[in-house]
Amino acid sequence: MKFTEEHEWLRADGDDYVVGITEHATTQLGDLVFVELPEVGTTVTKDEEIVVIESVKAASDIMAPVDGEITEVNTALADDPSLANSDPLGAGWFFKIKPSDASQIDTLMDEAAYNALIS
Amino acid sequence: MSDLKQTPLHALHVALGAKMVPFAGYDMPVQYELGVMKEHLHARAKAGLFDVSHMGQIIVRGTTYDAAARGLESLIPVDVLGLGKNRQRYGFFTNADGGIEDDLMLANRGDHVFVVVNAACKDADIAHMKAALEPGVTVTEITDRALLALQGPAAEGVLAALDPRAAEMRFMDVATLDLNGVEVWVSRSGYTGEDGYEISAPMDVAEDIAKALLDHSDVEAIGLGARDSLRLEAGLCLYGHDIDATTTPVEGGLTWAIQNVRRAGGDREGGFPGAEKILAEMDSGAARKRVGLLPAGRAPMREGVVLLVTEDATDSIGTITSGGFGPTVGGPVAMGYVTTEYAALGTTIFGELRGKRQPLTVAKMPFTSANFKR
Repeated sequence: MKFTEEHEWLRADGDDYVVGITEHATTQLGDLVFVELPEVGTTVTKDEEIVVIESVKAASDIMAPVDGEITEVNTALADDPSLANSDPLGAGWFFKIKPSDASQIDTLMDEAAYNALIS
Repeated sequence: MSDLKQTPLHALHVALGAKMVPFAGYDMPVQYELGVMKEHLHARAKAGLFDVSHMGQIIVRGTTYDAAARGLESLIPVDVLGLGKNRQRYGFFTNADGGIEDDLMLANRGDHVFVVVNAACKDADIAHMKAALEPGVTVTEITDRALLALQGPAAEGVLAALDPRAAEMRFMDVATLDLNGVEVWVSRSGYTGEDGYEISAPMDVAEDIAKALLDHSDVEAIGLGARDSLRLEAGLCLYGHDIDATTTPVEGGLTWAIQNVRRAGGDREGGFPGAEKILAEMDSGAARKRVGLLPAGRAPMREGVVLLVTEDATDSIGTITSGGFGPTVGGPVAMGYVTTEYAALGTTIFGELRGKRQPLTVAKMPFTSANFKR
């Protein structure tokens, strides 16, 4: 698994990567009440704001972790945003992305580096 | 490093794992380990304990209750003189322009008026009262008492277990009760839309009382986050957001708090700052009104969202002053000001969210049914 400084995780799924936000992020954000996901097929650029999330406290954005194309979104999460709180690494995933430049994945943090970041 | 003030329950909040934030100059719990959503739902289902010790507690005393009440009526457009002994009432200080300087609770405690005001306004409120009322009437801030709120349908059972007289009180009654041998000043009121109590207790025993209440299995500690969503669902104004020095009681939809005796034709008509403007607006209406708003989608619309008549209108008709997710409603709720012609219930208007116009409906408040023991 790979991590971004924006508290996203990426897990390989064939040629795609499943993307969600970490438990550290959901704890900081509080209970999520709204998630607006990108459309499948959208081409996105690294650091582009592609997801809007709202917690009980405030709105924030999730950025594309790498350049690529959105291949699937978690509609269950849009229906029940609390999945991101209850199962951030599982049922609370946000979208799948097919990187256009696989080498960008290599620049992301591994778990040890991410744990050092949040400790 | 920090010059934030602490309430007498600060150590308890930290021990309970609260996330502390600065609020009105105090280091206050925004949420505990349950989180805002569960805390909100718990307060509606059972009972929540809130630390509201940051609020101002003030005794206004004249030679008699009536002397103090007459003094306050020169600042507040409310029937203070006619408030029954051991009864409480909502009110607000007005300014010369008819705006609201702060909202407050007044209680007739026999030989004095007990006033509770917002934390952020308390110094100004006290100076305002002293300047207008002293020396004939004295204004004394109570700095040695904490203020706790116990709110929710189980509140009566919880408090009555410590003093059975709590159950005999009805909505907006005040009484002196005995909790574990300590004299506390209690009102049957609060700011959540639920039945409940506010309890003024000596600061040196406040933590013991809080712990005794939290020992009850129905009670959870509730932070400012859920306090805000509870009052929003209840349609109650947050001073500095939904009402302020530029909004009149007529615009704010608070004329219910101005009793007939203070209105045009009443025995003690006017006589408060801004009376001419406020009474004229009560007669002819205000140009804008505070309304409840239900966003059609799932996205919360928060304070500052601009309101428009149509999807492509260019001129704003108002602004959201409070908004967020209502855990009991299960969706977004908001309130704000709109030009009066768009204030009718059921009117569809639009709010601009992240560059997109999304519909909202003007809706009745409270958004959740109130649960008071009248």
